[in-house]
Amino acid sequence: MDAQISLRVNGEDRSITIDTRTTLLDALRDRLGVTSPKKGCDHGQCGACTVLLDGRRAIICLAFAVAHDGAEITTAEGLAEGDALHPIQQAFLEMDALQCGYCTPGQVCSAVGMLAEAARGTPSDVSDDLIGGIELNDDEIRERMSGNLCRCGAYVNIVAAIQRVACAESAP
Amino acid sequence: MPFEYLRAEDVAGAVAAVTEQPNAVYLAGGTNLVDHMKLGVATPNLVVDISHLPLDQIVELPDATVRIGATVRNSDLAAHLLIRQRYPVLSQALLAGASGQLRNLATTAGNLLQRTRCVYFQDVSMPCNKRDPGSGCTAREGYTRYHAILGASAGCVAVHPSDMAVAMAALDASVVVTGRTGERRIRLNDLHRLPGDTPHRDTVLTHGELITAVDLPQLSFSQHSAYRKVRDRASYAFALISVAAALDLSDRRDAAGRPTIREVRIAFGGVAHKPWRATAAENFLRGAAASMENFHKAAEVELAQAEVFNDNAFKITMIRNTVASLLADLTRRQVGAGDLAGQEPKP
Repeated sequence: MDAQISLRVNGEDRSITIDTRTTLLDALRDRLGVTSPKKGCDHGQCGACTVLLDGRRAIICLAFAVAHDGAEITTAEGLAEGDALHPIQQAFLEMDALQCGYCTPGQVCSAVGMLAEAARGTPSDVSDDLIGGIELNDDEIRERMSGNLCRCGAYVNIVAAIQRVACAESAP
Repeated sequence: MPFEYLRAEDVAGAVAAVTEQPNAVYLAGGTNLVDHMKLGVATPNLVVDISHLPLDQIVELPDATVRIGATVRNSDLAAHLLIRQRYPVLSQALLAGASGQLRNLATTAGNLLQRTRCVYFQDVSMPCNKRDPGSGCTAREGYTRYHAILGASAGCVAVHPSDMAVAMAALDASVVVTGRTGERRIRLNDLHRLPGDTPHRDTVLTHGELITAVDLPQLSFSQHSAYRKVRDRASYAFALISVAAALDLSDRRDAAGRPTIREVRIAFGGVAHKPWRATAAENFLRGAAASMENFHKAAEVELAQAEVFNDNAFKITMIRNTVASLLADLTRRQVGAGDLAGQEPKP
């Protein structure tokens, strides 16, 4: 069965006809040429396909595109403002937070979504207090980023890169 | 397999559409169903999308019941201030499950109805009574580290994978279900089944019935509750075992000066085909002193009926120690550390 859907991808309205079996990930990569979300495991286990879906981080390999008709999607390509990288992207570069880079677009989108969640005071599994504020220490960052796997093991510098941006954002 | 997609416009329409088609399914967050469709575990010919129905609210009813809509996302439920304040065990259970980007998709009812992560169930080349009734159980002769120790059957040793449902079992939640003939309520503890000789049925729901909400009843001591999960890696893994508990201590002390337990709720995850409400342990502890010895004994009473394999015998010790340490923490939070000082858990 075919269906026609519209998506707003990185600020641009796109309309496509898809088979209902198409995931959002395949629609972006194979039909719209947006290739930064990566097909790592294709089973919701690695986080390489993480994007911002209607403003929140989400994996899209387990999302049927037809179920997200009208959605607004921001991928790693859409985070930069012109030539100016998003602070998270810049921090990944400066802190050497990648080796092969395959998981990086997902890591970057996940970090952007995660920082927004933390800024809203959302607790995590390692938060001591469900009600009080969040101090985004390394343990918190590790826990909140645990849905993004990195085969190269660049985790140490990924945490450092995110910490740098978190500190900059919380500075007065 | 090609399938027809229908975006439901209301509950009645969704229920009618699925009820009429024996091979139709509901789609919400999709994090389990879509995976199963890729694996060939699920092959529906009609997918009815309920994720756009207005079932995404959390409201407090006049009798102080908290009603959670079926499509409330796991992340939103965990972060909701009312849940964090009144039912911390539920927030903690949700936050212990999956990852941030999965919790943003996964829904409340979908979490309840997710299927076992038994690797033999997910591998269509293997016999599995749950996936293919009558074909046999590969797990029984296979690697059983992640399998049941309570309530299993000759035909199935799978466990229910949810963390959220374990907290809800301890809180005595109920689900609101709409079917072709109207609405009914099912206690969460009665929703999931033990496998028996029909392990292909995870729950008591009939085909086409749709969970529209989960109700959390008022519980005077629900703020004294917590969830503890033990897993093979620090985060983003299913439970080996987990324990949800709520504890209400009375002002009365026993002869030894120890605080006594007025009421307690305990449920286990990772040990059975359903969230396992530990009523025998609760009965043992009600009126007893809050002591490490009693916490261990309570777990042992509950586990008296356990049957283990070589690969999962560790779950007995793990449950016992986790029950004890969690109840000890809840005790300390209410009466201070002194009452349990020096009472070390057994090895």
